[in-house]
Amino acid sequence: MSAFSAIGEEREIDQNEFTPGIEPQATWCPGCGDFGVLKALKGAMAELGKNPDEVLLVTGIGCSGKLSSYFNSYGYHSIHGRSLPVARAAKLANPDLEVVAAGGDGDGYGIGGNHFMHTARENHDMTYIVFNNEIFGLTKGQTSPTSPKGHKSKTQPHGSAKDPVRPLSMSLSAGASYVARTAAVNPNQAKEIIKEAVEHDGFAHIDFLTQCPTWNKDARQYVPYTDIQQDDEFDFDVTDRREAADAMYDAESRLYEGEVLTGRFYRDDRPSYSQEKQSTGEMPETPLAERYFDDDYEWERSYDFMDRHR
Amino acid sequence: MTDNELVWRIAGGSGDGIDSTSQNFAKALMRSGLSVFTHRHYPSRIRGGHTYVEVRASADKVKSRGDGYNCLLALGDSFARNPQDEAYYGNEEVKPLSENLDELREGGVIVYDEGLLDGSEVDDLDERAEENDWHVYPLDLRGMAREHGREVMRNTAGVGATAALLGMDTGPFEELMEERMGGDILEQNLDIIQMAYDQVAEMDHSHDLRVPEGEHDETQVLVSGSTAIAYGALDEGCRFIAGYPMTPWTDVFTIMSQNLPAMGGISEQVEDEIAAAALALGASHAGAKAMSGSSGGGFALMSEPLGLAEITETPVVLVESMRAGPSTGMPTKPEQADLEHVLYTSQGDSNRVVFAPGNQQEAYEQTRTAFQLAYDYQMPAIVIYDQKLSGELQNVPESFFDREPNPDLGATLTEEQVAEAEHHASGKFNRYQHDPENGVSPRSLPGQADGRFLASGNEHNPQGHIDEDPDNRIAQMNRRMRKLSSIRTELDEAEESNQTLHDPSGDAEYGILTWGSSQGTVEEAVDRLNERGHAVKSLGVSDMMPYPEADVAGFLESVDECLVVEMNATAQFRGLTQKELGRFGEKMSSLLKYNGNPFEPAEIVEGFEASINGGDPAGETTKYVPAAGD
Repeated sequence: MSAFSAIGEEREIDQNEFTPGIEPQATWCPGCGDFGVLKALKGAMAELGKNPDEVLLVTGIGCSGKLSSYFNSYGYHSIHGRSLPVARAAKLANPDLEVVAAGGDGDGYGIGGNHFMHTARENHDMTYIVFNNEIFGLTKGQTSPTSPKGHKSKTQPHGSAKDPVRPLSMSLSAGASYVARTAAVNPNQAKEIIKEAVEHDGFAHIDFLTQCPTWNKDARQYVPYTDIQQDDEFDFDVTDRREAADAMYDAESRLYEGEVLTGRFYRDDRPSYSQEKQSTGEMPETPLAERYFDDDYEWERSYDFMDRHR
Repeated sequence: MTDNELVWRIAGGSGDGIDSTSQNFAKALMRSGLSVFTHRHYPSRIRGGHTYVEVRASADKVKSRGDGYNCLLALGDSFARNPQDEAYYGNEEVKPLSENLDELREGGVIVYDEGLLDGSEVDDLDERAEENDWHVYPLDLRGMAREHGREVMRNTAGVGATAALLGMDTGPFEELMEERMGGDILEQNLDIIQMAYDQVAEMDHSHDLRVPEGEHDETQVLVSGSTAIAYGALDEGCRFIAGYPMTPWTDVFTIMSQNLPAMGGISEQVEDEIAAAALALGASHAGAKAMSGSSGGGFALMSEPLGLAEITETPVVLVESMRAGPSTGMPTKPEQADLEHVLYTSQGDSNRVVFAPGNQQEAYEQTRTAFQLAYDYQMPAIVIYDQKLSGELQNVPESFFDREPNPDLGATLTEEQVAEAEHHASGKFNRYQHDPENGVSPRSLPGQADGRFLASGNEHNPQGHIDEDPDNRIAQMNRRMRKLSSIRTELDEAEESNQTLHDPSGDAEYGILTWGSSQGTVEEAVDRLNERGHAVKSLGVSDMMPYPEADVAGFLESVDECLVVEMNATAQFRGLTQKELGRFGEKMSSLLKYNGNPFEPAEIVEGFEASINGGDPAGETTKYVPAAGD
């Protein structure tokens, strides 16, 4: 018997099971886009039949980081920008877990940018949701890596001289095998995108546009969006890197011109990191975490190596 | 210094095979029945530069590098032979000979490769040789190597030559070569060693240096401190490591990475040290025994995940392999100056276990204890050691490693135990209960039915949710801090103390207090001081946090004066001792060394004698800090 019987347990899951029923009301502001992520995540997990006990949600710091407080699964509310290294090791130690990482645009594209690049490159089998509201929210409205050029804030009083990062293009060039953008203002698409990402066997990155009604009223996150999969104008092959790159470039440029393009931008089915690692003999076939509960497992010991030291 | 010992130094350029040659030399001496100890000195560069390794061997137990050395094998420098390379690397042709002479003892033996080095270019070599009764044997080692194989095999010729000069049998060397090479390479090496041996055997020898004779009661193995740490981790069931290369931590990381895949474990080389430590936390949270580590600068980056491990109570073992700082400092030189960094880094009140093993056996055992405490008490445990212990080799009885593995996950519940454990009305598991007596509130693992909780870096309530209520804060802080006193009690009640008392006279009036890798050197100095008529004992302290108050206070109370010996400039361990004990300031003076080389026993002997005689104990390479009030 598995030591982790919640994993793969087949039963009907009601999305309310993902509501903790323990916290006082969420500390997000009224009208915050983060509620949209929470709702879409609950709906997606329930429709996929994921047991809350088999899901590990790892978050960073900031308003987005509080997602793990309001979502009822196993959680790890880590440190600013570091959700990905925590999440990917948990997945390596127990690949049967359904691992989701989440953070904000400062968390994911700023302080955690190095981890983002390398986790995408390694193509760990997990879902990464970045709440992109183009602002630092919890620290009260400073310019973020996705804030538009010229954005004025208390820390950039003369307006930002920097071009914003291009998260979709960054993700594709770093090596993510699934890249999508969705928006809190479109709950149905958001839920479907999360479902696809969770089902995807590799690193699935979702740039999730979330409005910040308190600090960033001007952002485009409120405006009507276009679903590129439903609009014939955007016919391109999502498995073709060049075509996907062009579509991303288009979407990222048009976002700052007032037009929001969302949908699935890229998908490939190359082997995930743990599959690659298994093929080089560097990854155990059964989950490492299971072994500690296996009374019959014969543990090797250093005494077996003494020949080389004699 | 024992009366009958060989301290053989092989010197040349990095990349000349100095390291592997010296390891084999040490192993051969160990196999012939001697106690051996190595000391490695190398610059931070890939090839060239001044590098040497000493192999000290005696029939008696050796625990330290010696005072100077008595046999030099000077090989050439790799670059000296190509005139074009000189433009980049300079001509270091004579260095392997000239740079090493200051520490060569009277009556010592010099073998140098006259195929590459010209003794007449070394200032005053003949005069100094005569004055110090050195016996100089120029040999064309390169020529011998070329004749029978390839030039790089000149180290084999050197080994054959010194063996003949010291009256050693080449058998153990040949055995070692047969074990690790084959075909033409082996044949060539065997020919070269024999040729060098024969050529030297026919010469007139004027010296009386001979390899000592000894015998072991049981089979010995040759291990470094880093090997001992890696093996301790493996025997505790550690099967996950994440790291980023940095000298000297790389040694542990390499040994683990080479062994883990075959053992069904996972090794991850990642983008930086913040990630490395965070990965170890993630793996541990999911139910693996995990470790990470680094050296000074890399460990600085781990400060943030270290604090996260403290507040989320995620078990993890981190290794800090010290080198000389600040910042990049001297990457390949030892120092014991990261103690305060390791004790206090990260924000908030520190709640971690820190051990500083004093030798290879302690490194193995304390790494195992670190894992046990980390998983039993759910907190980070750090093993701090240095470049000296990391790379130095010492023989240990093979039977020492014949231990049972311990893959126990400590205070981690099985699914059945989770089912029986207390849950909140919401169904969430009470992961962080307020009231366990020893501070430990057992954990569930993701994937277990009904074990859901949130591990949060924010202060949290028993279910893990963010909570800044003052009463909850006090309860959680007190519970976490309570673990340290429980651990102290557990360590004090253990059969064997982690502190190592060395008291050859039985009831000494003077004490030497030290920590970490300086322990063996201090013990040798204590032996010598007792032979010279002083009643001195030493205590090598390993528990840095929680501090072993009873052990150290008892030691200090029993002596009139105490010298604290450590390799740093600011007396960090003495400071810790005064802070923890709050007294004894007037009894403790410090002998410090921070020039990049570890203490020699004689430096401690001299420093001690000068300090009790009221003279100036500071030598050329050491610094003395008097007791408070002096």
